[in-house]
Amino acid sequence: MGKNTERLYNGIIKENPVFVLMLGMCPTLAVTSSAINGIGMGLSTTVVLILSNLIISSFRKVIPNGVRMPAYIVIVASLVTVVEFIMKAYLPSLSAALGVYIPLIVVNCIILGRAESYASKNPVIPSVFDGIGMGFGFTVGLFLIGLVRETIGAGTMLGFPVLKQIKGFTPMTIFIMAPGAFLVLAFLVAGMNIVRKKMEEKGTPLAPPSGCLSGACLGCSNAGLCGGVEEHSKSQDKEKQNSK
Amino acid sequence: MKTLLVIAISSAIVNNVVLSQFLGICAFLGVSKKKETAAGMGGAVVFVITMSAFITSLIYKFILNPLDLSYLKTIVFILVIAALVQFVEMFLKKSIPSLYKALGVYLPLITTNCAVLGVAINSVTNEYNVLESVVYGFTTGIGFLIAIVLMAGIREKIEYNDIPKTFQGTATVLLTACLMSIAFMGFSGMI
Repeated sequence: MGKNTERLYNGIIKENPVFVLMLGMCPTLAVTSSAINGIGMGLSTTVVLILSNLIISSFRKVIPNGVRMPAYIVIVASLVTVVEFIMKAYLPSLSAALGVYIPLIVVNCIILGRAESYASKNPVIPSVFDGIGMGFGFTVGLFLIGLVRETIGAGTMLGFPVLKQIKGFTPMTIFIMAPGAFLVLAFLVAGMNIVRKKMEEKGTPLAPPSGCLSGACLGCSNAGLCGGVEEHSKSQDKEKQNSK
Repeated sequence: MKTLLVIAISSAIVNNVVLSQFLGICAFLGVSKKKETAAGMGGAVVFVITMSAFITSLIYKFILNPLDLSYLKTIVFILVIAALVQFVEMFLKKSIPSLYKALGVYLPLITTNCAVLGVAINSVTNEYNVLESVVYGFTTGIGFLIAIVLMAGIREKIEYNDIPKTFQGTATVLLTACLMSIAFMGFSGMI
């Protein structure tokens, strides 16, 4: 397997950002009330991710280490603004449905996470493929969650009435409302716990949920798993002791 | 006055920032293990959101809008928030050490909290004036505080329960959030 195909496989299956790494939970919960919204959000994130990986990896030797986070944020925010305006012009209905979550791609931990952990250390071509892989992995994840919620909650699939055709079927509307998002994600996490355990028994453990950026621990969904603030306060205590 | 009250109730309770808008989920799931930490985090979020709502709405009103630069709002807002958090941290460390002790740990971690940027962008989209933005920011922070403290209280009790192994950890927290979200939906008739 070439390095580029490996990147694609890695992003879509092995380290899928939704199912395995559990990154970017805010959009995952918020926009998956229908499959089409999931695809729209996923693809706009993919575009931003590919371009930000491209730019950041081409400038990786120029950006000074000390100001790399602000530099990444400016690059990502500019790209997000461009995507936002393109969507407003050509896909106004989708843009209205996704609303504030499009500008919020800036603070999506997948983008800064990939910039920090891959694009800033690797050449341009693999970084672009990493962006494509991770982006499509995210899109597939959002699409599947959206499909489940839409099917149960509205009885349609991608807008086509599927379950609605069955006589006497009443859609469980709660699934396309806010609590349904938490419910579906809870069962997804529980399901992944089972898969994780099985893979460990087989001797091929899955990558742990990850993505904490230096100092921006709470921007990532996994602060609860790695200690987050607790770790941070410990390091602060150490600083105090050192200064004494 | 009436609009302010409507904004306040709607953003603190009815359209709760975490439970119905999914902003700041990461902090909500990550820092809700203990009531004290949750209250500290909530307090820091209230503080930062109120400040950033005030400053970003001033910038939008007096710089970006008159100069026809409103398309730069995402870039400007995220940089202003990042700088503001740094500045607030340095200021508190120097002048109000007691407050810094309570909130300091959480401040640097808030920059990437999507609730802060979400509030700044939403108040532009909803065309709030400066006072309305500040009230909106403050009450959104209060909504976050309510949600995270409630969640921490519930999680402290859940610790003693016998949960199936598969559901231990994040899964149970998400189920709890689901039930809380259903409860908060009950407020939707208020406005």
